[in-house]
Amino acid sequence: MDSPFGLLAELTYRCPLACPYCSNPLNMADYRDELSTREWQRVLVEARDLGVLQCHLSGGEPLLRRDLVEIVTGAHRLGLYTNLVTSALGFSRPRAEQLRAAGLDHVQISIQSDEPAGSDRIAGTPSFDRKIEAMGVVKELGWPLTMNVVLHRQNIDRVADLVRLAEEVGADRLELANTQYYGWAWRNREALLPSRDQLEAAELVVRAARQRLRDRIDVIYVIPDYYSRYPKPCMGGWASRQLTVTPNGDVLPCPAAQSLPLPRANVRADSLERIWSESPVMTAFRGTDWMPDPCRSCDRRELDFGGCRCQAFQLTGDAARTDPVCHLSPDHDLVARAVEAANADPRDLPLIPRPHQVRPPTRVSS
Amino acid sequence: MDPTTTRPDVSTSDRPRLARHVRLTFSPTRQQHLLMQPETVVVLHGSGAQILELCDGRRTVGEIVAELASRYRTVPDDEVRQFLSRLVARRYLELADG
Repeated sequence: MDSPFGLLAELTYRCPLACPYCSNPLNMADYRDELSTREWQRVLVEARDLGVLQCHLSGGEPLLRRDLVEIVTGAHRLGLYTNLVTSALGFSRPRAEQLRAAGLDHVQISIQSDEPAGSDRIAGTPSFDRKIEAMGVVKELGWPLTMNVVLHRQNIDRVADLVRLAEEVGADRLELANTQYYGWAWRNREALLPSRDQLEAAELVVRAARQRLRDRIDVIYVIPDYYSRYPKPCMGGWASRQLTVTPNGDVLPCPAAQSLPLPRANVRADSLERIWSESPVMTAFRGTDWMPDPCRSCDRRELDFGGCRCQAFQLTGDAARTDPVCHLSPDHDLVARAVEAANADPRDLPLIPRPHQVRPPTRVSS
Repeated sequence: MDPTTTRPDVSTSDRPRLARHVRLTFSPTRQQHLLMQPETVVVLHGSGAQILELCDGRRTVGEIVAELASRYRTVPDDEVRQFLSRLVARRYLELADG
């Protein structure tokens, strides 16, 4: 068993945006009892002791945590590389200056499109201008900036404009991530899944942009796995390199894994080290012993680890099956049918926005 | 990173420094020197960390090699330059003009 490199610290699921592709859990009420500042500090120490090097402060919107600066200070003092994953709403200049002083290493700001109307429509709230402003503050204070865009049927045709925007704001990294269908995104799958023509056009643009910008911007493209022959090597293998701590202290191999029927493990009840090494939520699909065929006898089993357990569960009801994205999966038809539908009808379906989640937590953190 | 991308080798007069989004660190738990980016980690073996500690954007590659030569008996100049070139190609290092 390896020790994890990265901790995804999901500080809160509260969020001012209402993105239809949100992959956070649907059962928000279960996460309102958020970890306190002190509990997060302990989690960070335990994570560092476990070998974690990078700490991604995410959510929801992590800036809604009033103790964010304290949490960053703690992580930085422990020597962790700290990355703030934010919508930028609440990223005021004074707050940014405090975070800079606290040692925050990197800022990732999401944007929903390259033009205000489209971006605001997808985000479900006027936010484009504030995001651009925040990106300016990030650069001005000397941080490296990642601009992140979740791609889907209703914005992927604008990928060239998105690249141009990344150049304009001076992004160091541009993440173009095709939607993954978990949480709320699953409900909108039909409206979000692009056509093959859309993808091919976008990939040409991305390839050219990578070449042209290779000395300035790292362009990261997360492929749409529904169109792949083989599944993605999800998380680099189950409970192998990363771990997630949810707002209420549940520990998971990945943020989507809360959907699986596995016993919960929580930092309030146990140490991170024990959870990582022994808890069923971590051991269930670690390694290759759990694999059924066709994975078990496949020579790619150490390359893609059978794909994504959460996707297998979502599509087949059994988390131990081969990811249906794989063309060798006996359940591949489930994916093929969705792809067929996305290519049959050129019209766009309406997106169902995620209801806003900005209510304060039940407990005041201290 | 596009593997077909070709890059010129780092020259003796270049002044390498860590890219802004990169941190060099030592993990006591892992007992390893590492280079960290937001999403990736490079484990440094051998003299990698000592070389990178000298990449401050002021020293030239030539000066770095000379500095290492004062500490170690043999410092293969071409290996140091290859090591730095690979990191430049992956955007861990930037070059200030020579």
